Amino acid sequence: MAKTKKVAAWAAPGPGDAGKTGLWRTQRPVVDPERCTPAKKKNDACYICWLVCPDGVISRGQGPEIDLEYCKGCSICAEECPVDAISMVDEEEA
Amino acid sequence: MSLVKIISGNVAAAQAARLSGVGVLSAYPITPQSEVAETLAKFVESGELDAEMVRVESEHSAMAVLIAASTVGARTFTATSANGLTYMHEMLHWAAGSRLPVVMAVANRGMSAPWTIYPDLNDTISQRDTGWIQFYCRNHQEIVDNILIAYRVAEAVHLPAMVCYEGFIISHTVTPVHLPEPEIEGFLPPYEPLVELPGPVPWNLNQVVLPDPRPDGAGEVCPGYMEMRYEMAEAMSRAPEMIARAGVEYREITGRSYPGMLFTHLMDDAEIALVSMGTLAQEVELAADMLRKEGINAGAVGVRVFRPFPARELAGALANIDRVAVFDRNISFGNEGAVATELKAALFDGGVSPKLISHIIGLGGREVKTAHLVDAVKEILRDGETEPGPRWERLSL
Repeated sequence: MAKTKKVAAWAAPGPGDAGKTGLWRTQRPVVDPERCTPAKKKNDACYICWLVCPDGVISRGQGPEIDLEYCKGCSICAEECPVDAISMVDEEEA
Repeated sequence: MSLVKIISGNVAAAQAARLSGVGVLSAYPITPQSEVAETLAKFVESGELDAEMVRVESEHSAMAVLIAASTVGARTFTATSANGLTYMHEMLHWAAGSRLPVVMAVANRGMSAPWTIYPDLNDTISQRDTGWIQFYCRNHQEIVDNILIAYRVAEAVHLPAMVCYEGFIISHTVTPVHLPEPEIEGFLPPYEPLVELPGPVPWNLNQVVLPDPRPDGAGEVCPGYMEMRYEMAEAMSRAPEMIARAGVEYREITGRSYPGMLFTHLMDDAEIALVSMGTLAQEVELAADMLRKEGINAGAVGVRVFRPFPARELAGALANIDRVAVFDRNISFGNEGAVATELKAALFDGGVSPKLISHIIGLGGREVKTAHLVDAVKEILRDGETEPGPRWERLSL
């Protein structure tokens, strides 16, 4: 893998070089623990939101936590959640 | 043993993709390329080709699909022309910058406006700075051979490659074509992507905005954007050696020989050289033969690979030449033909300074006969000194 590090922009998920990109957000994802599979079943399950988040700001807890300092509010997690447990809420109303 | 089929250039491109063992295809139809995608769809439908064919709403999306597929380890292929290619332009940069060896056939077509469906090379010339390797084909057979060689080279240097052939002149005409089946098996080793995506932890690829320096997926600190662009340029400079090496292996398998970056014809004792690219690279050889019959010591040079540009090879081939006539089926507005301008720079670096004329010819499919090339050369010789700037051939103003 050593040969790859210089030539491809691969990185562990985390904050980028653009500061606290959470400031870019106009809507925030809100997880409903009544619907979210790992939160409801209290076991390690699903985690599709964790997998699809382009910035890797969603945890794998039993009830995922979202790092709002770096979540840009892209809403991919809300779109992909199979049980519609994530809704996007306007920042002014959050 | 090889299979001979009487097929069009487009079907030859599709057959080559099939022989490469491509895993994911995506394309959007545009004249004169459509038959490539249609033929591949038939191969998938009939089970002759075990690949995923992804239907999309545009060329931009076709390339985006292949970028994703190539990232996760699939061998990928598409085909397009002209406006479709330029619509794909942003994604061409993305594929190259992500170091993905996508291979694409381009049936060259003149850019609009005004509309034309007929060929010139301005569509692919416009993509020269995207980081794609560019092969240009002289005939149907070279489409098959160049596509297979392109995969070999692209996957070795981790850069995408386009294989260009003029629409209608090759795409829609039919000739016997040798398909190296089954002997090609094993020529392409399994494709290994540069970054193997791990299972348990997701990684960011091309995050916004890349820190400089940056931690890579393993947490090690690496240089940023500019160093990655340098690595791309380095990879491109390794392509000629890979092209030569792949050519040798291809000859051992098929018996067909490719010299590397250039074709040369009667150059040993030539005083005047005709230079071109694409189908005209074949035509200049015939023109040199005709000029020899009239007592003019002509030779011909065909540019097989335009990116990376064979600067050293060209300066070497033209080292003892007094006059060069470059026939460009393209025009860089505000300058000359692309082959002519790049060739001039190569000759400067090589310390060679023949008289060089840029002839613009055959735009939008305007017919080019061998006699036209012969006449253009004789005209230059008759006129002696000429004005700087391009000479437009066969205009009727």
